[in-house]
Amino acid sequence: MIRVSEDMIDPGEVLAAFESSATNAGAVVSFLGRVRSQAGETEVRSLFLQHYPGVTEKYIANVEAETRRRWTIDDILIIHRVGELKPGEAIVFVCVSAAHRREAFEAADFLMDYLKTEALFWKKEITQAGETWIEPREQDYMDAARWNQLSKDR
Amino acid sequence: MARVLFFGKLASLAGRQELQAPLPPGETTVAGLIDLITKDDAELGAALKEASVRVIINEQMDDNAVITDDDEVAFLPPVSGG
Repeated sequence: MIRVSEDMIDPGEVLAAFESSATNAGAVVSFLGRVRSQAGETEVRSLFLQHYPGVTEKYIANVEAETRRRWTIDDILIIHRVGELKPGEAIVFVCVSAAHRREAFEAADFLMDYLKTEALFWKKEITQAGETWIEPREQDYMDAARWNQLSKDR
Repeated sequence: MARVLFFGKLASLAGRQELQAPLPPGETTVAGLIDLITKDDAELGAALKEASVRVIINEQMDDNAVITDDDEVAFLPPVSGG
């Protein structure tokens, strides 16, 4: 399931529900991404996240399908916030269930790399110094490129 | 008319998130559309033509498409989710 919304994420509640429906899975992996309070030396007041309604969700659904082709997965849940977020709040929550842990870990890692570098979200950081649109770091692109290499190796 | 959408820093530069672009007779390419909507804004024109900007037309990624009436053309700067 994919949810893009302005609603706050309660990771405990979401994970409990996901886990209770993953009756046959031997492994459940979750990742929670949160708003950092510092950008380098500067204090972050808030983040503003924008998406392309309808299209962002559709493209994430394609990647969810790709994830299911690469790994044997029971269930996937992707929740991404948009709108105004404060430091400490959850931006993204990904849950994956599978028969075994390796599949669940790798699928969650793959989904997060996609969400950081390809998914249609734009993030503006608001600090005392002003507003800056954020772009992925070189490391984010390198992380995402690992999966191309991995698929060649297989 | 084509519906043009801007996201992220491109929306900030354009000062708006969307506009309606009347299309001239004949074929309009993405480059032609950019020239049309930025004839009074060279800075936005240059930003839309940057190699890192992706274009989605009617929900499909296609930089080479011809734009026709009722198309939705979205200009996307580098993304930053998560």
